Amino acid sequence: MSPLHILTQVLEMAAALVAAPLFVGWVNQCRAWLQNRSAPSTLQPYRGIYKLFHKDAVIAENASSLFRIAPYVVFGAMVVAAAVIPSMSTRLPFSRAADAIALVGLFATARVFLSLAAMDVGTAFGSLGARREMMVGFLAEPALLMVIFVASMISGTTALPVISERLATQALGLYPSLAFTGVAFTMVLLAENARIPVDNPATHLELTMIHEAMLLEYSARHLALMEWAAALKLFNYACIGFAVFLPWGAAMGQGPASLLAAIPVLALKLTIAGAGLAIVETLSAKLRVFRAPEFLATAFMLAVLGLLVHLLLGA
Amino acid sequence: MTALTDSPLAACLALLVAWLLIGLAGLIRPGSLRFAGRTLFPLGAFCGAALAAVGIWGIASPPEQVVLLVGLPDLPAHLRLDALSSVFMAVLGAASAGISLFGAGYFRRGQGTPPGLLCFQYHLFLAAMGLVLLADDAYAFMVAWETMALASYFLVTAQHRMAEIRSAGFLYLLIAHVGAIAILLCFGVLQGGSWHFTFDAMRAAHLDPGRASVAFLLALFGFGAKAGLLPLHVWLPEAHPAAPSPVSALMSGVMLKTAVYGMLRVTFDLLGDPQSWWGMVMLPLGLFTALYGAVFAAAQTDMKRLLAYSSIENIGIIFAAIGLAVVFVANGMAGLGALALIAALYHSINHAFMKSLLFLGTGAVLHATGERNLGRLGGLIHRMPWVAWLTLVGALAIAGLPPLNGFVSEWLLLQAFLFAHEVPRPFVNMLLPLGAALLVLAAALAAYVMVKFFGVIFLGQPREAALARAHDAGRLERSGLVWLAAGCFALGLFPAQVVARLGIVTQQLGLPALANTAAPWWMLVPLADREASYAPTAFLLAVAAVVLLAILMVRVLYHRRVRRGPPWDCGFGGLDARMQDTAEGFGQPIRHIFQPFFAMTRELPTPFDKAPHYAVTIGDRIWQTCYAPLGGIVQRVADSFAWIQQGRIAVYLLYSFVTLVVLLALVI
Repeated sequence: MSPLHILTQVLEMAAALVAAPLFVGWVNQCRAWLQNRSAPSTLQPYRGIYKLFHKDAVIAENASSLFRIAPYVVFGAMVVAAAVIPSMSTRLPFSRAADAIALVGLFATARVFLSLAAMDVGTAFGSLGARREMMVGFLAEPALLMVIFVASMISGTTALPVISERLATQALGLYPSLAFTGVAFTMVLLAENARIPVDNPATHLELTMIHEAMLLEYSARHLALMEWAAALKLFNYACIGFAVFLPWGAAMGQGPASLLAAIPVLALKLTIAGAGLAIVETLSAKLRVFRAPEFLATAFMLAVLGLLVHLLLGA
Repeated sequence: MTALTDSPLAACLALLVAWLLIGLAGLIRPGSLRFAGRTLFPLGAFCGAALAAVGIWGIASPPEQVVLLVGLPDLPAHLRLDALSSVFMAVLGAASAGISLFGAGYFRRGQGTPPGLLCFQYHLFLAAMGLVLLADDAYAFMVAWETMALASYFLVTAQHRMAEIRSAGFLYLLIAHVGAIAILLCFGVLQGGSWHFTFDAMRAAHLDPGRASVAFLLALFGFGAKAGLLPLHVWLPEAHPAAPSPVSALMSGVMLKTAVYGMLRVTFDLLGDPQSWWGMVMLPLGLFTALYGAVFAAAQTDMKRLLAYSSIENIGIIFAAIGLAVVFVANGMAGLGALALIAALYHSINHAFMKSLLFLGTGAVLHATGERNLGRLGGLIHRMPWVAWLTLVGALAIAGLPPLNGFVSEWLLLQAFLFAHEVPRPFVNMLLPLGAALLVLAAALAAYVMVKFFGVIFLGQPREAALARAHDAGRLERSGLVWLAAGCFALGLFPAQVVARLGIVTQQLGLPALANTAAPWWMLVPLADREASYAPTAFLLAVAAVVLLAILMVRVLYHRRVRRGPPWDCGFGGLDARMQDTAEGFGQPIRHIFQPFFAMTRELPTPFDKAPHYAVTIGDRIWQTCYAPLGGIVQRVADSFAWIQQGRIAVYLLYSFVTLVVLLALVI
């Protein structure tokens, strides 16, 4: 473990922390353009977080300490997740501590804490949101694991950086299995990050809301952490997608120069992915909550189909 | 005395005898709660902790055998302690230590069976489970197995004045005995014509594949009935809520594991040479049981029934892991077989800790509130912080979240599934990885179930006014919970050490160990050449460091002002406890998605109802499709023989006479 590796590790986490709100800002800007609205600045999420940190926190009288701990746990889980995902470099010393399955477990931990916190105050919206979040989660989590499973089978390991490296260095060929899982992964990304068509990040006071319903009782710094964690989650999912489906361009450990070269590549990938996400969100309509399980079951089945295709064709 | 310090087997026996003596001491003053609770149960807990230590010691020592000259003439009891039984002995000791400690504070006056008698049954149950693990011949095994079943039956029916508890106990006893008959027949096949019933003779008897398969299927039926494998699971959701909580904890946490032990003993030790199709039967059965258990757990509204279904789920996972191990071993992939087997053992150990912890948590809630119905609980984290936070550890562990223990065994099992496509058989290698999809679906559902379980009981607002008077658990109960929660943490944070110990078991069963000397002590690398690793301590430290840093940064850079106000709730106001989601509501998405699993009857109000009423009852389809017709057939057969019951003594004397004549005719 050289100092360069440790530096890479710290840089990755810091980059995730800084870039995540920017990415959300970029997606929001694209969405506004596509919808013929005047767009907010890409820096708007930072301003929101900054504002929230300076407010006084108001907490419901009957909230327990779980309610106050949860934002930190969720935030911590997302930052640690960023340490495992090879967004810029595949030489991450910490990734030995947690492979892709542990990464999914980490997301699950965050989700469980978020849901429990939402149930803590005992409001109708909170428990409704928690129930729906867990419903989305229990279908999305297996789908995500199946996506990772296919990539693991192709590369023979569950360590995400190694998967990424092996997929990047193999001859550029078409993997039909990865095509199926790519679609499944995109659907999981939409569902897990509370995007249209499963949830709408820009709405409150709708009977269909999921993620926002869980945050209703949060204010000030706790809300800021939750929002930041949500941004980090989107960033992390995007980077998992890059690591598995677009692994080219990340530094594979040839010194600091390649790391520097990886930064613009990541920025480019994020720009395109953000625009793509905005297009998908603009083109699709929000599903009724009852339809969400079907959407997710489709994602799960597609991922399983990808697995079958891999086993049948060996590719 | 030197025998005790030299031989783990002698130490085990001494501790089991000590349990028996503690139980008998309870009979001296059967009515005294103080004597049983304050003296005997803590002593039993101490024996349990000692047994755990002896079990861990026994894993590393060579197998030992002893022949005790007790029992029927010419039928001495053969006992043996090897690594496999030592592992389960350690589980029995460690889990029972926590449960006994909790039990010391739990049992109260005025509950059916007097405390001294309960103490006797409880410790007899413990000693019988220990003897099941030690037994080395079919005779000793069956005696211990039956003692275990009977002792637990009496414990389940501790509150025998309630009719529903009596019928739950009867169902348990019935299925336990149907299973026991299958096990007895299994041993009958295993002896292979030599008519020697020691396990050594069974190991030496080389059965032809047909006989071996019959023995395997009998064992699967018999031990599956005890473990709660589909479709023999029906007794679990009835018996567990009926029993006092420490007994539910013991049954679910430990007794189900004796069935796992028996299955492993027969499949990998006595039969020795497993066939591939056994695994292909066991694996889907286990996976379907897991999914079924998880789906039904999500729909329950009684907290102990919910946990019982969750036990079915976990047993399913364990049996799926064993099935996978059988497939690997039968196809000559011993390394992966060892991995799957270690996952099964690891999950058995984990489940003992987490499920005991959760059942004891429900016991504390039951005592504090008198309620088992989730619809009448809520908000208890304020009144019972100890129980709530310790139960949260168990809930997170069983939901399979890192860095707790439940995650480690599921991780190991998934690693094993990942290489299942290398099995050199067409079709099999394509079907196996699909099992992973079912497994993760069940595991993800477990998280749903646990959010429901914890959230509805401990979070939100109290749904009944009486809950405001709930009190936290006493000191003894708390220490029992702390012991089990610490076990969940230890098993989660030091998996490399546990796996190294379990490797000794697989070695004794003729498979390689997963010892990896190259990896540092804090890192779990099950298969050296596959580059998959997991380091929970580093993982936990990283999360803790980020969380602390975040707290520190927020405090230093900003401020820590907090105001308390009424819940905002989108500004609607007037929030009361009835507006919260109910347990039924929380399970609604699962009922909706998995509708074909359930036999639901709904009562819906019409628009003209003066007092609208909505109710939904959820039935078990398997009960309706298998057990109800079976019960009907038995009833009809019994009815058709009813005419021989004339109710006159002369007729019965005639029957005896005819029987005697027939027997004499046969003999002569």
